[in-house]
Amino acid sequence: MISNAPVSLAIVVLLAVAVPAVFVLVPRLLGARRASSERQTPYECGLLPVQDTKSRFSVKFYLVAVLFILFDLEVAFIFPWAVVYDELAVRGFLEMLVFVGVLFLGLMYVIRKGALDWD
Amino acid sequence: MSFYEGLLFYLLAATAVLPGVMILFSRDIVHAAFWLLASLAGVAGLYLYLGADFLGFTQVMIYIGGIMILIIFGLMVTHKQKISLSQLAQKRLLVPAVITGGIILTALLYVINKTTWKPTASEEMEPTSADIGYLLMSDYLLPFEIASIVLLVGLVGGVYIARRKEREA
Amino acid sequence: MPETTTGALIYQILELLPFLKELPEFLHIPMLMFVTGLIPVTVISLVGLVGVYMERKVSAFMQIRLGPMEYGPWGTLQTLADGIKLMGKEDIIPREADKPLFILAPIAAFVGVFLLFIAIPFDRDIIVVDLNVGIFYLAAVASIEVVGIIMAGWASNNKWSLLGAMREAAQVVAYEIPVGICLVTVVIVSGSFSMVDIVEEQKGLFLNWFIFRNPVMWVVFIAFIIASLAELKRAPFDLPEAESELVSGFHTEYSGMRFSIFFIAEYGAMFVASALIAILFLGGYYTGIPFLDNIDGILGILIRVGALFGKAFAFLFLQMWIRWTLPRIRLDQMFYLCYKVLVPFGFVAMIITAFWQMVLPGDGFMSLGWAPGLGK
Repeated sequence: MISNAPVSLAIVVLLAVAVPAVFVLVPRLLGARRASSERQTPYECGLLPVQDTKSRFSVKFYLVAVLFILFDLEVAFIFPWAVVYDELAVRGFLEMLVFVGVLFLGLMYVIRKGALDWD
Repeated sequence: MSFYEGLLFYLLAATAVLPGVMILFSRDIVHAAFWLLASLAGVAGLYLYLGADFLGFTQVMIYIGGIMILIIFGLMVTHKQKISLSQLAQKRLLVPAVITGGIILTALLYVINKTTWKPTASEEMEPTSADIGYLLMSDYLLPFEIASIVLLVGLVGGVYIARRKEREA
Repeated sequence: MPETTTGALIYQILELLPFLKELPEFLHIPMLMFVTGLIPVTVISLVGLVGVYMERKVSAFMQIRLGPMEYGPWGTLQTLADGIKLMGKEDIIPREADKPLFILAPIAAFVGVFLLFIAIPFDRDIIVVDLNVGIFYLAAVASIEVVGIIMAGWASNNKWSLLGAMREAAQVVAYEIPVGICLVTVVIVSGSFSMVDIVEEQKGLFLNWFIFRNPVMWVVFIAFIIASLAELKRAPFDLPEAESELVSGFHTEYSGMRFSIFFIAEYGAMFVASALIAILFLGGYYTGIPFLDNIDGILGILIRVGALFGKAFAFLFLQMWIRWTLPRIRLDQMFYLCYKVLVPFGFVAMIITAFWQMVLPGDGFMSLGWAPGLGK
């Protein structure tokens, strides 16, 4: 009877959306509602907002995201290897040593280039 | 296929396709990015539905957690004001757009035609991650090791571009 | 989707609630999943209530104050009173905000945390879905929350929100790599993704716990604690919410119930991280004393669930202790710690673990010959 697991996971996801939705709806029913234009201004320590919100960010942020994707992909590759590692033994160890070694070199390059020095 | 499984399939398919259409019609580029996210989540759901659990969660990890962040960061780093998409969609881009779209469509149709489809949803499903591990370490060892080189090249390239932009700034 | 389902739990619930069997056939699965889904709902709200109270008391005692004392004995009902107050608050959406994204953001963050709970085993049979890819599922789903945060930062249209969200996304994303490496190391030792298998592998005397499996596991253990602190944006890694610089980061514009959803999600994530430390390294729901672990029936369930919650709350306390002890670190120190300390050390520990596992497969120290017969 629990054979259709996708359905069960879908129900959990629905539940996960429903809980915060209810949380938000309750104050809609109970809470005060007095529209006030002052209250709806963006927060800036009591002053009127200055400058545009969408300022430009350092390119370092982009580099962090690129590094993340590359290493995340690597971790995704290592996971299936780790789960069958006991059976692969020596061969699996050496093959992964090459894979991780290459990326470790990459990490060393990034560090030596000082790309991650946030100044 | 039970009633719920059928319902779920169409829900997931709609989640994958409708946001894809919405990307085309949204005026704000950040909204388009979030529609893309919804579409990718629908695709991840379809993978899970078909029993490809490892693939499905990889999709969540890499695309929803990674590529999305990369796109948003890319937007924050490059543009100054709100970019409206209608501004970007200029007439002179029409020809290259049609050509690129045509090539991708042909490639996809070719692959769809070549694949031998088999109905799996009804069968007893087996965990996939262990098989993926074995295959990566045996039949697909060379592509696997090459993948590390590709990742290395990406790493070096990313660092180079970021460093150059910084010096210009 | 393939998985070793939580059959036993569902049947236990059926025994407890016989009227479920009376329902028409097509309602069975939704009803059962709904009932089991209430486990994470209960735990997440319980953790929210207890966690917030605990944090206020712990911080108060560390600063030689009393903390909340008014409502209930020793102020125990304070969080509940706060919750009721928050429900009565006006629902404010700033004029400049991007309305649909502003509304969706807290929900996305909450879903990301809620989904983590369904893969946490509170006992052998008390787990919502024991996925085949359990630990990988956690690694994947943990990255959903950051989407909600970026959404909130962007939708608020406030420079503090956006700055905070960007910093937070960069930090969370960076520390996901050491977390991933730690998880892989645990998988090498356990040989399985399933959370229940991982705990079962550590059954027996506490020397069987993964932290004692090889000489470098404690490095992985400490790396995981540090990285999880950064993932949780807890002090000393609270730069994204640095009050003195950024007002309060990505949720500056959020108030009332919408803010409290972020808040509950944060405390929920703290609990998941603490429970994960216990599950991955310290035997999960087992006490580490064989005769206590072998008790059957309701008493056994209580002992095991109690053991998991005990360990988890010990780490929750550790998180609070660190928060009220250490000053906030700088952005450059944060990235230094991640890429130049945790990632290289994590990789080396992973390789050593793999080597150890190859030379001495099985029970690690236990297979070296000392303490014979105390294993499983």
